[in-house]
Amino acid sequence: MPDPEARRWVGKRYKRKEDLRLLIGEGKFVDDIQLPKMKHAAIIRSPYPHALIKNIDTTQAEKLPGVRGILTGQDVKEMSKPFPCGVPIPPKYYSCAVDKVRYVGEPVAVVVADSRYIAEDALDLIQVDYEPLPVVMDIEEAAEPDAPVLHDNIGSNIYSHRLMQYGEPAKAFEEADLLVKGKFLFPKYGSTPIETYAVVASYNPVNQEFVIYNNYQGPFVNHSLVALALGIPENKMRWIVPTDIGGGFGTKTGVFPYIALIALASKKTGMTVKWIEDRREHLLASATGTDRVTYMEAAVKRDGTILALKDKAMDNTGGYIRAPEPGCAYRSTGNHTGAYQIRHLDREVMVVGTNKCLTSPNRGYTCQELYFSVERLVDMVAAQLGMDPAEIRFKNFIQPDQFPYTTATGGIYDAGNYQKAFQKALDIVDYPKWRQEQEKARQQGRYIGIGIATIVDPSVTNIAYVTTALTPEQRAKGHPKSGSGESMTIKMDPLGQVHVIACTNPQGQGHETVISQIVADELGIDPDGITVSNVVDTHDRVYTITTGSYSSRFASVGTNALVNATRKLKDKLFKIAAHLLEVSPDELVLENQKFHVKDQPEKSIAVRHVAGTAHWHQTALPEGMDVGLFASSLITMPTSKPPDELDRVDSSNTYGFCCEVIVVEIDPETCEIKFHKWASMHDSGTVLNPMILEGQVMGSITHGLGGALYEEFAYDENGQCLTASFQDYLCPTSMEVPDIDIGHVETPSPFTALGSKGAGEASCESVPVAVANAIADALAPLGVVINELPLTPSKIWHLIKEAKAKQA
Amino acid sequence: MKPAAFDYIAPKTVEEVISLLTTHEDEAKILAGGQSLMPIMNFRLGRPGLLIDINGLDELDYIKQQDDHLLIGGLTRERTVERSPLVRDLCPLLSQAISFVGHTAIRNRGTVGGSLVHADPSGEIPTAFCALDGRVKAVGPDGERWIDPGEFFLTFLTTSLEPTELLVEVKVPVLPQGTGWSFMELSRRVGDFAIIGVATLLFMNGDGTCREARIALGGVAPTPFRAEEAEEVLAGQAIGEELISRAGELAGEAADAEDDYHASAEYRQEMAKIMVSRSLRQALARTGKGN
Ligand SMILES: Cc1cc2nc3c(=O)[nH]c(=O)nc-3n(C[C@H](O)[C@H](O)[C@H](O)COP(=O)(O)OP(=O)(O)OC[C@H]3O[C@@H](n4cnc5c(N)ncnc54)[C@H](O)[C@@H]3O)c2cc1C
Repeated sequence: MPDPEARRWVGKRYKRKEDLRLLIGEGKFVDDIQLPKMKHAAIIRSPYPHALIKNIDTTQAEKLPGVRGILTGQDVKEMSKPFPCGVPIPPKYYSCAVDKVRYVGEPVAVVVADSRYIAEDALDLIQVDYEPLPVVMDIEEAAEPDAPVLHDNIGSNIYSHRLMQYGEPAKAFEEADLLVKGKFLFPKYGSTPIETYAVVASYNPVNQEFVIYNNYQGPFVNHSLVALALGIPENKMRWIVPTDIGGGFGTKTGVFPYIALIALASKKTGMTVKWIEDRREHLLASATGTDRVTYMEAAVKRDGTILALKDKAMDNTGGYIRAPEPGCAYRSTGNHTGAYQIRHLDREVMVVGTNKCLTSPNRGYTCQELYFSVERLVDMVAAQLGMDPAEIRFKNFIQPDQFPYTTATGGIYDAGNYQKAFQKALDIVDYPKWRQEQEKARQQGRYIGIGIATIVDPSVTNIAYVTTALTPEQRAKGHPKSGSGESMTIKMDPLGQVHVIACTNPQGQGHETVISQIVADELGIDPDGITVSNVVDTHDRVYTITTGSYSSRFASVGTNALVNATRKLKDKLFKIAAHLLEVSPDELVLENQKFHVKDQPEKSIAVRHVAGTAHWHQTALPEGMDVGLFASSLITMPTSKPPDELDRVDSSNTYGFCCEVIVVEIDPETCEIKFHKWASMHDSGTVLNPMILEGQVMGSITHGLGGALYEEFAYDENGQCLTASFQDYLCPTSMEVPDIDIGHVETPSPFTALGSKGAGEASCESVPVAVANAIADALAPLGVVINELPLTPSKIWHLIKEAKAKQA
Repeated sequence: MKPAAFDYIAPKTVEEVISLLTTHEDEAKILAGGQSLMPIMNFRLGRPGLLIDINGLDELDYIKQQDDHLLIGGLTRERTVERSPLVRDLCPLLSQAISFVGHTAIRNRGTVGGSLVHADPSGEIPTAFCALDGRVKAVGPDGERWIDPGEFFLTFLTTSLEPTELLVEVKVPVLPQGTGWSFMELSRRVGDFAIIGVATLLFMNGDGTCREARIALGGVAPTPFRAEEAEEVLAGQAIGEELISRAGELAGEAADAEDDYHASAEYRQEMAKIMVSRSLRQALARTGKGN
């Protein structure tokens, strides 16, 4: 690792290179793409949560002037195949409903017309006859044998089910002094990126090739999935993602079925077709995180040591299951025990289907669901033991000298000092003072509560984790998966300027900026002059199936690939310079964009001339060396291995730490919540750019606050979504976010070139439960049980009322 | 989310508008700030055949004092009224109420007339309008008429305005010096429609007793309404905590709230009591100033 003192740019508040174009409206998004003869699509969607499609009559719509063609489920069935999915029996999930709809908003047909207006007018003219079927909306009911079955080929609503044991849970439960358990309900909420899904597809019958613009942040597995569904070779489908994506957060993973759908619409109509999802479509039918029911029990010693956990978690991927699900249930395997030394675990995992909208990762990808039960339970354990919730966490933390620490479930935690970060957060808030304030307030009938969550934030998904959905026996029969590779290419032009080609397609994370900072440090040049192109084009980029910006991969594996490529390039420059100066490379020093021989500054050559030689005077290069100047690196993380026969897997390859300490006061009459104090402490290793990190953390906190207090995709018992517009689906705005003290502790990761790791997902994993813990703490004297989100004033008011009735 | 096809016309005078309304009746819709109408059309919940854009009717954009009343043109923007020194001085309840409407950008476009005609039961302007016992002036083919709040608001999103009528003016009283006033609301987020909004006014006697109390509630019934029984217990009294709670209780009982996703009927009903009491306390604290 380079000496941090020697870093001129990494770690500095270097201004984002992306901002100017975005601020003056010069960003390039899919909707900016205009192609010759481009037509527009609108999608007719099911008003029913569960129904047979008896007939679709498109005759009137076809007659509307400007309509160029209509694609129905029948066409989709004939022209494509269901998407593969990593569960034992996948449902027949096509890009459009075929014969049956399974959630409100499911695509039923696509109209292609000269304008979006005409296309929407045509939707009004399509007659779809439905025969409604009984619905199932509740996770637990869906798993019952008598529930209405969504997919006949599966025969039940259970998409995935596994039992897993780590260590010796039964023994630990016997040895425990105390068992504490709870049931926890996590809501279905999502990400609401500013830019909704967007696809432009064009089929060329001459070479049978699709060119598809879309706004998914990486080819990832989705490119292969769509090719398989379309029944075409992968190289016959070129995906291009423009420079800018207006937010992703996981939700955009769900754009892939629409890529297939619009591609088919293009093929059928012979037109280039653009489809921009509108907000209603997005809220109704794009993708959300999973809702989850968890039963969790802790086996505890009287001194507060948590020996073991036993849990049953039920996820809900809605009307179908699609990749990367059932990842929801398995993605956090390696960090299931959070920040604690819990060695024994008994897990039951179930993924079910209901008549709700489908799912995708949602910033934090089910760590918020996981920690909602773990961290609530830790608080409940503390309460039962009469222990302070901060103390019980110190008691169970992994110790600083235990890193790298292998968890019971196979996670390899790279680095951390949880004690230090947590203490810092407690100090900022002045924890003892607020405990006293709380005491005083209680005597006055006021409800003050302090909420804590201390969590481990995984980043860099190891693709292998998905296979834990299969039993070790099933896995042994299939092809193993592993890896978390990312690619970077750096080149130097004949005049000595640097250009970096990345494939991470950021959605606001500022990779262009950070790439420039890192390369500037590595090569000793100015970051302003470095250019970066960072888009996906599957035909002219090199990548692996794991490439893309998800699971906070850039700061770890992305920077590894970048540093690796840059050092290869630097190495080549040294070799050429040494050759030209007739010395050996280790006699050279690179300074002020010049190579010179150690202690002989006059014997030198400018980097620019070295670059020039590589391009202009190719025979002057060392014998056997490739001409030109570029270097690529496609690398994975070393710990990205397949699960072992005991289902242990390093499901992510770096692990940050994050904690929240939040002081709230609840109005005893209206149950509105006021924040008195909030410290959010993070350890994401080396900080690459504090300004970008602050933005990421603030966004993450806000997103978490949404899950805690505001956001939910709510349905009525008939399966209708109650929150399909921004009037009802409430995201916190700047007005709802209180003052927050954000701080950092830097424990560099030994697994990454610069010691950095993911940072943008941590607080959305910790905030929902920290806020819940604060509210639970505030209302503890009343005996209120907090086990669900979002905690609206109306809900809290009812909980208090019920608790008071019980106490009376 | 594109509206169905419609015709569009932008007349310049009230007469033109009335003549267009008379010709097209139910087919036509007035477009003012568009902050309610455009979403309705984009969701295709409304499909007017003709939009009559009144944004060019400068004659309907004014705020002026006439004796002990303020006259506000039907097209005056919410933000203009909110920031008007005249309104802040003479009818601060209205400025305060408007400050709770959506966000600045919405208030920059939305009009006072549009908000009243849209008649959302939790709308702040309709609620304040009830407490102020204001009047709207409607002009139609048969001339003009004045309508009071009780007559104007019929039920959810429905008023007694005829399809051929245009709301041209809103009249609210100048509040006498020393009048106590308050607008309070509960909403999920800043700028959201109110779960409950409460407007109160306390007109005082020289001896410090309350001459007349006005309590209007929004969001807890199909229209905003006055809690008359609650008002009555305060009239003629020296107001103290006990009367305030009593009034709160009565106002809460008068509410006829419904469940929705954001809050239960029971919660809303209970909040009616609490918010009325709080609002009365604030109004009381403001009485007498400048007397
Ligand atoms: C994001 C958002 C948040 C909002 N939050 C709130 C809130 O918290 N509280 C609140 O009260 N409102 C809120 N609103 C609504 C806002 O106040 C609207 O501006 C108002 O309800 C309608 O006024 P407008 O001028 O925009 O009318 P328009 O939308 O143009 O018209 C509304 C209706 O009134 C009719 N109309 C308008 N003017 C006249 C007239 N002079 N004569 C006859 N008919 C007429 C129209 O035909 C239409 O039917 C919000 C709106 C948005 C978009």
